This record gives sequence, C-alpha cells and structure tokens, in this order.
Amino acid sequence: MKYELVMGLEVHVELATESKIFCSCGGHAAANEPNDCVCPACCGMPGMLPVTNKHAVELAVMAGTLLNCKINQYTTFDKKSYYYPDLPGAYQITQWFNPICVEGSVEVTTKSGTRTIGIKQIHMEEDAGKLVHDDWTATSLVDYNRTSVPLIEIVSKPDFRSGEEVIAYLEKLKSLFRFAKISECEEGAMRCDVNISVRPEGSDTLGVRSEIKNMSSLSSIARAIEYEAARHIDALERNTEVLVQETRRYDDVKGRTFPMRNKETAADYRYFPDPNLMPIIIDDEWIAKIREELPVPAEVKYEQYVNAGISEKDAATLTAERNLCDILDGAVELGCSHKDVAGWLLTDCAGILRRNNTTIDKLDIAPAKLSKIIDMTNSGDITRVAGKKVLTAVIEKDVDVESFISENNLTAQNNTDLIASVVQKVIDANPAAVADYKNGKTKAIQALMGGVMRELRGNGDAATVNELIIKKLSE
Amino acid sequence: MKYYISEISAKGSVAVDDNILVKGTPASCGSRMLESFVPLFNAEAVDRLINAGYEISGKTNIGEFSLDLLGETSYFGECTENGNLVSAAASLVAKGDIDAAVNTDVSGYPRRAAAVSGIDFLKPTYGTVSRYGIVAAVCSAEQIGVSAKNAKKVKELISVIAGHDSKDGTSLPADSYSYELTSASGMKVCIIKELFDKASDDVKKSVSDYADKLRSVGVTVDEVSVPEVFAIHAAWNILLCAEFCNNVSRFDGVKYGYRSENYKNIDELYVNSRTEGFGFITKASVLYGSDVLSKGRYNDCYDKALRIRRVALNKMKELFASYNAVLTPVCSQKNYQPYEICDAFEKAYDENLFTAIPSITGLPAMVTKGVQLIADSFCDATLLSLADSVEETEVM
Repeated sequence: MKYELVMGLEVHVELATESKIFCSCGGHAAANEPNDCVCPACCGMPGMLPVTNKHAVELAVMAGTLLNCKINQYTTFDKKSYYYPDLPGAYQITQWFNPICVEGSVEVTTKSGTRTIGIKQIHMEEDAGKLVHDDWTATSLVDYNRTSVPLIEIVSKPDFRSGEEVIAYLEKLKSLFRFAKISECEEGAMRCDVNISVRPEGSDTLGVRSEIKNMSSLSSIARAIEYEAARHIDALERNTEVLVQETRRYDDVKGRTFPMRNKETAADYRYFPDPNLMPIIIDDEWIAKIREELPVPAEVKYEQYVNAGISEKDAATLTAERNLCDILDGAVELGCSHKDVAGWLLTDCAGILRRNNTTIDKLDIAPAKLSKIIDMTNSGDITRVAGKKVLTAVIEKDVDVESFISENNLTAQNNTDLIASVVQKVIDANPAAVADYKNGKTKAIQALMGGVMRELRGNGDAATVNELIIKKLSE
Repeated sequence: MKYYISEISAKGSVAVDDNILVKGTPASCGSRMLESFVPLFNAEAVDRLINAGYEISGKTNIGEFSLDLLGETSYFGECTENGNLVSAAASLVAKGDIDAAVNTDVSGYPRRAAAVSGIDFLKPTYGTVSRYGIVAAVCSAEQIGVSAKNAKKVKELISVIAGHDSKDGTSLPADSYSYELTSASGMKVCIIKELFDKASDDVKKSVSDYADKLRSVGVTVDEVSVPEVFAIHAAWNILLCAEFCNNVSRFDGVKYGYRSENYKNIDELYVNSRTEGFGFITKASVLYGSDVLSKGRYNDCYDKALRIRRVALNKMKELFASYNAVLTPVCSQKNYQPYEICDAFEKAYDENLFTAIPSITGLPAMVTKGVQLIADSFCDATLLSLADSVEETEVM
C-alpha cells in the first residue's frame, strides 16, 4: 500500500529586537558569560512588572504580513504555568487566547511543484533560559541570558506532504524573515516542532500523530522526518509496534526518535490572561506604518537588478542578503551604476571579508563611502589598486575616504613629466630587462612596469605608464 | 509581638508593609519563604515618599502575602491588643507612633485593619498608584493605599505616591491626580442592603451611626439592593486564588528565598522548599488557584469569574449614575479573636464578602470610622471629602 505523510509545523523564531520582550536587557547573543544579560525582571525577582517591547509587536505584524495573515487588532498576552528551573517566574508569557496573527498562507516550491501551506496562527512569547548540566559534580546551573528574548511561534496547518516541503518552507521563512530584518535566523534562533502522521494514500482521515520537538538544523529535521515516517509505516504495515499519540525527541547521533517522559508532556499549563499586560490595540494606522517599513520583496529586487544588467547569478547572491541590497541601492541612488556596485560588492568587498574570516552577509559599509571609492576609481583620481586599499581600510576601520587617500598619498599620478622621469630612472636601473625586451622578450616590460609602479607607490595610471615605457624603449 | 519585621529609622514617620520593596531591607511578606530575600531596588511608591522627604520607619509585619484578616498568618507571629487581633501598621498609626503607613490592599486586609483600629485607609483607583515593587499576589486588583489617622493625612500621602509610572504596564497615563477636599453637603450615598444584613449588630450600628453623621453634614443616604454581591464575592475569591497561585509559583527554592535542605532531585527541591517555606493560607490558596485554572474547570470557574467582574463593574456604574458613593460594612464583626491557623483560609475568604466589590472592580474604597465607602473610578477625592466632612464635625 502507498502511504501519504501528513505534517504540521510549529516554528519558533527569535525576533531581532534590540532588547528583550518585557524588559530593557539587550544583546543576549553577544553575552560572553552566563547571566551577563539579566535584570531583576527577566530573572524572576518579585516586585518587577513586564512592559511590552513595541518593536517586538511590530516585527510580529511584519511576519504576519509576509505570511498573508489577518492581523488581530485586539491581541492579548497570557500566562502559561509550569515548573522548570530555566523558567524563572515558573510561568511563560505567551499568547493563548488572542494571538497576534491568524489565517495566513505561504507558497512553497519543491521539485514536485508549488503548493500552498496554510498558517493557523502566529503568536508572540518569551523564550526560557538554559540549563547547563555539569556531569562531573552532578549539578545543574541556570543561565538566564535567553529568558524573555522575544519569539514568534508560527503554527502551520497540517498541510505538508513531504520532507522536501518542510525544508522548502523553513528555507522560505528564513529568507523572508532575514530579508525583512525580522530575525537573524542564525543557528539556534529558529527552532521547529514537527507533528507527523501517515495514512494510506487517498484516505481522508488522519493517522496517529507524534510530535518531534525542538529541532534546529534543517538536515536533522529532514532525517528525523524520514525516520519517523518509516517508523509509522512499519507499525501500520508490519505491526512492529502500536502507535500512540506522543511527544518524541530526535537523537541525531543515533538517527532515531525517542518518546519523551510522559511527565514532560502531560502538563496542564493553566493558561489565563496576564493582568499585568494590557491588551494591545493595533489600529489601521499602526498597521499601515509597520507595512511601510517592509522592504521591497527579494523577488522584485532580483528582477530590478537583472534588468539593470547584473547577471542572474550575481542578482541571486545579492538578493539573498538584505544588507547587500541596501548598500547597492544606496550607492546607485548616489549615482553609481548597478553593475559597478555589484562588482565591487561581490569581488572586492567579499574578498576583504574572506581575508577577515567573515562572510558577505556581515558587510557593513556606508553606501556613500562605497560610491565615493567607485566614483574616484572610475574618474582616475585613484587607481583601482588604491581603490582596493581604501575599501579595505573603510571596511576594517571605517576610515574617512578622502582623508585616508591624502594621508596615504594615494592620489593617482597623472603627471606625465613625473611618470616619464620615473620611467627613465627604472630603465636606467634595469639594463637586463631592457636588453631582453629589445631581443623580443616583450614580457620583460612587466618587470619595468612593476619597478615604475613600486616607485609611484601603486598610484601610477597603468595605461599611461605602459605607454611611456614603450615610447622610451623605442627611442 | 512583632510590629516591625525590619526597623529602618527611629525618626521615620511612615511605615511600609513588608510586601512593598525597600532597597537593601528584607521583604519577607510575612513568609518563611522570603525571610532572607533582600530586594535590589525601591518600589516606585517608596521612591516617591523618600523623594518627597518622608523618612521610612521600617517594614511592618503582615499576614503571609497579605491574604488574611489582619496579619495573623505571619510567619513572625500575630499582633494582638486586649485579646483582639490588630494589624501592625494600623496599630502603630492608631497609637501615634507613626503618622501614616503604606499597605498593599490585596484582598481587603488594610481596610479591615483600619476599621478595627479606628483609623482611615484609602485604597485608590486601580492604576493610579504604581505597582512596581509590590511582591505580586493578585496583579489585576492589588493597589498600594495609605493608612493614617484622618482623611487630610491620607490625602497628603496619596498625592505623593499616585501618578503614572512607565515601569508598570497597568499604570494609568495621568502624571498626577487631584484629591481636593470639597464639602460633602448635597452628595448622595446608598447603603447596600445585602452587605448590611450580613454584618453583626454592632457593625450594623456603626454603619447606621455613620449614615446619621453623613446626613448631619447634608448628605442624602438611601438603601439599595444589590443581590449580585454574593456572586461577586465568589468570583473575587476565584480570581484571587488563581492569580495568587500563579504569582507565588516563582518562589520555588531555585533562585532566592527559602530552600529546603532535604532534596535529592529537582522535584523534591520544589516540593520540599514550598512545603516548608509556605504557611497554611498560602498552600490552601495555591491548591484552590490551581484547581480553578485547570483545563476542566477554567470555563466554569475562572472564565465565569471574569464575566462576573464585568457584571460587578456595570452594576456599580449603574449605582454611580444616581449616587456619589456606596456605604457598606467592611467587616462582619467589630473585632476578631486569635484562632487556629487551619481556619485561616476560610475566615479570610468568607470575610472578603465585604471587601470584594472594590477589589474585583478596581474602584476606590475608603475606610473611616469602621465603615467602607466606595466611589466611581477616579473619584477618590469624593471619598476623602465624605470622610473629611464627618471628621471635621468631630474636631469642632
């Protein structure tokens, strides 16, 4: 018999806000030591009250907009109670009764075509802390740096029919959220629970469901789904086991899923509205303002760039990263051509970042500085070599373009008399190379070029230098 | 007999209840659980008092998390005078040791305390005084109020502590409120018959006497029937224990406060710390609170209680269309005698009948001369004016 997979996803995404969702602690991702980024509020001290981070609400509305959701204009926070040491208040503030976004959808494309995945809801909540187990001393330590970091949980409908669709969906969310600066979506900032069941193809009843909790890498999610689907089919076909509705965790080393202790899953969370947080009213005006801040979608940008002469491959690389698009658009606005900027970004900037052991998505350069370097190189005020030097200094130390050029004598030497005298000097000092050239070894001119450029500290205009050497040698 | 859990300044004129944070001074909340808990900051109300030049005398003893009648469930012992229970703060004010006290009105304890000790207490409109720095028990209702010998002194302090605080998400936007005392003459007050009937004869007499005094200063006093008071009482007790259960769940022995020495794993750490750290009234409230929030009971209990909260507010607004204030008893009896601890939950939750309306609705309430006056939201000044008008006749 052929079987069909039926899956629904719950995806937790960390929002890219400056501070936590109910207090002003910021920068938890950069915290070096456990409990560096905590205050009395986010570590559960009595007497503290939560105050909602407006930016988190705005990012959640943005996410809902991108996933074609209806925005609930009256949205509330609720308390979810359970005891665990990483939860300092012994309750999590989440949205149970009135989530911020409902009823959305997103299109997912795989090799087998494009399908629409329904979104049941998106709700906001705070993250919990982290337990660190020290097996040596048999103790557990608590790190509250991550408590109260804002999350959205995106709950899909049970619309997935293959592991590929799940992966394509997660990749789509990741690129949408990164591009809109809703989330960095870095390792661990996107976590996923998969609800999975199988049924004979053509059946319209649902099979017994298991939930695989808390996975964060795409490849292990794919493997977990594959394993779990096989386990269900085995159970149905060959009666290897009786399926029960349960929560499981996936062990990527063993390549298997295991049931979680019943105790961890059978809790009654005793949800009730949080009286400390007033309902949030999101009026039309606010929604409009938030939507204005959404970027032009990456697909639209891609078309723009290709039409402006950028190759499809480069346009794809550029539109994968919002920062590159922002820099490119900024420099184009200042008069540079799309092609020029794309070249500098993907060749020169990328190279400099590689040497600094980082990647292009981390590039941070003011479009005005980049456009200045491009302009000065194009007009011959500095050479391409000097341009790269300036660019390196700008990326590494954020120097001022013009003062760096003058402090380091990088202005291009267009003075023919000066260049001619240097050429003469180099010819005089390299009789061997001159002799080689005159004997037909034209490549010897390279050595002379190098000598002149060294004397001019790289600032000689290559064409002029080349021309003058040939002229001198033929005299 | 412990009036102060921590003394701060002998020259101080204002006491602060032990569930309101004062930086560097333990905030026990009358519980063994928090005996060793020292807060890192001042409550907003305490900051405002200090900034206005008031010196804090110390942290006054309260019943565990202020749930009980008058403070008798404190881990540090009860206060009695002439064989009757009194509250530490109200008694200090009545004796003239201090000018005033600030107390968190969680479920009516400072109102009962004022009645028993013969002083005034104002529970202001919910949202007008910041709750930042109250050890939370019932977030949707509790407010810091002022105990003092007369309405003028209450007015002086409430003017200092009220006003918007961005650290409290439920703090209302106004930076300050007017508590100007005006003549009560021409005002209209009604007595809720159902609550009057439930009080003892000597309490009934206090209410009737107070009604006569109001009439003597030109106030009209009628009687009205509000049969909803019993449903309101039940609903309030549900909301009270539900929120309380959730708020004290943070006291688990993990981060601060009492930790049992007797545990082998995390579950035992939780259970034993809480069993040994909490007193009877807290445990009983937590059990009831867990029950009313549980899956099978939420709709019949908690959700219904929220609906009754709305009914209560609508009913009161109806009364305020015709009356400036409502007059009720605040206690079933004039005095309370010490009792067995295992009765604490029942006694306090029964007595909440008289204090439930202001608690569940957030309306301002004032206790004066042993009776309770309730007014519409933001009409705290009406209450002070009524109390002051009667008090003025006695000065003369």
